[in-house]
Amino acid sequence: MYTQALDIPPGEQPKRKPDAVENAAYQAEFDARIDAGATIEAKDWMPEAYRKTLVRQISQHAHSEIVGMLPEGNWISRAPSLKRKAILLAKVQDEGGHGLYLYAAAETLGVSRDELTEALLSGKAKYSSIFNYPTLNWADVGVIGWLVDGAAIMNQIPLCKCSYGPYARAMVRVCKEESFHQRQGYDALLAMMSGTDAQRELVQDAVNRWWWPSLMMFGPHDADSPNSGQSMRWGIKRISNDDLRQKFVDATVKQAEVLGVTLPDDELKWNEARGHYDFAAIDWDEFWNVVNGHGQCNVDRLAARVKAWDDGAWVREAAVAHAEKQAAREKAAA
Amino acid sequence: MGATAMTQTTPAHLEYVLRLGDAALIHGQRLSEWCGHAPVLEEDLALANMALDFVGQARMLLSYAGTLEGKGRDEDALAFLRHEGQYRHPTLCELPNTDFAHTTIKGFLLGSFNLLMWSRLCGSSDKALAAIAAKSLKEARYHAEHTGDWVIRLGDGTDESHRRAQAALDILWPYTNELFAANPTDDAAAAAGVGPAWSELAGEWEAAVLPVLQQATLTVPARTPFQSYGKFGRHSEHLGHLLAVMQHLPRSFPGATW
Repeated sequence: MYTQALDIPPGEQPKRKPDAVENAAYQAEFDARIDAGATIEAKDWMPEAYRKTLVRQISQHAHSEIVGMLPEGNWISRAPSLKRKAILLAKVQDEGGHGLYLYAAAETLGVSRDELTEALLSGKAKYSSIFNYPTLNWADVGVIGWLVDGAAIMNQIPLCKCSYGPYARAMVRVCKEESFHQRQGYDALLAMMSGTDAQRELVQDAVNRWWWPSLMMFGPHDADSPNSGQSMRWGIKRISNDDLRQKFVDATVKQAEVLGVTLPDDELKWNEARGHYDFAAIDWDEFWNVVNGHGQCNVDRLAARVKAWDDGAWVREAAVAHAEKQAAREKAAA
Repeated sequence: MGATAMTQTTPAHLEYVLRLGDAALIHGQRLSEWCGHAPVLEEDLALANMALDFVGQARMLLSYAGTLEGKGRDEDALAFLRHEGQYRHPTLCELPNTDFAHTTIKGFLLGSFNLLMWSRLCGSSDKALAAIAAKSLKEARYHAEHTGDWVIRLGDGTDESHRRAQAALDILWPYTNELFAANPTDDAAAAAGVGPAWSELAGEWEAAVLPVLQQATLTVPARTPFQSYGKFGRHSEHLGHLLAVMQHLPRSFPGATW
């Protein structure tokens, strides 16, 4: 996930640009720019570790958008009204669009979309664990909009001001669309909660399943997030995992009350002294199990992406072959 | 939207609009099945975009059909609560995606038809339908162009893409007979100035489609006596399965609003 601290396996470091040699004078200039809150652009010198961190984070984010099309896409053909079908289609399409911007942002760092896709399909690259949970009823679509997109927005708003210009600019647009998705998700749930008892049961069931995974989206506790300090120093990360998670809980409790659902945590209560809601301990064993490939849908999600890619190979080859024939014909005619 | 031009809605007028709405709905439903599974990201976005256009057209057309019918049925009642035999779209719309070649060829054959249809319907005596046509025409231009470009890429691409495109054309082409089959609904609609009899569009459609197929180096199959009857409410076996998926929730939760 966007702030999950996941290490790149050795030997999988991004290609180094020839001019990216470590250099004390360049480093000092880079540090000064970071300190001054200026953005770093693709043409600028940057430390190799900064580049590597960005490639990892941006590509994981792009992969998450693409894999994230699957759980909600699961309900497009079964959406219960034409209005909801149109909204869901548009939303899943937006996610594909986010993937496209983000791959383009990663490409400014000297990697190709094909290389990144290969890393995803071979299982080397990670994507957000949240998408390894199944979408079991229609309310899951609304709850993903409300909680999962809500958590993603909390994570992503600070990225609009991250130090790397192309990523920050991509995130401005992504965040606008995500905010829209969150409102649409919440609206779908409001409609269901003001419907029949059976509809309300669907919503509560979905909330019960998605609440804890949503909290896990902010990544490990700050004490267990070794890369966070460096990312903060570089201006890639602006707010810590635990602070973002607390902000999310504080905002969501009231929304749940308005909606009329119960968040599945007996320990959730307002703490006057802290000025925040307290909540129960997160089951980190589950988090790491899913991150490490043992969630309910890890196998299915990757298999769906591999199938789409493999089944589409002949189409991509056709497009290239036609373009080459066309170019040859134009050359011959010239 | 109301039936502004016609003081009294005829069954043929209603059926004509319903057919347009069903065609958009079912074609859109099939296209939406690609979402997240397309051969390349750009095409995933394009297919979802087209699906969205068709769902949008279906919403306008079915809402309007409900108004014409005057029995209080809205777009969702018409989309989700009818039986197979009550849908009026051409069978071609409901055929499965099979592979990207089938989807592309089908999208092109239907897209070229829609382009002509909406052009003509912009001049409908039914002003509400003409307004829907004006919006849909812009979308249809893009659909015809986009799918046409892909027909050429696939036909003129590799041996495999050519083989797949030809196989798809061979299977789908006979279903285009139905588009132009004479139908009393069309005769009545044409007489009232609601819209063209679809059979009138056959010549222009071939003039639009054949050069693209030729550029794609595809062989146009000979016409056969095969006839499908979706427009008359007799569909292929595929429709029931499509509806089972599409209608599942509204039928499982009767009376619920979403």
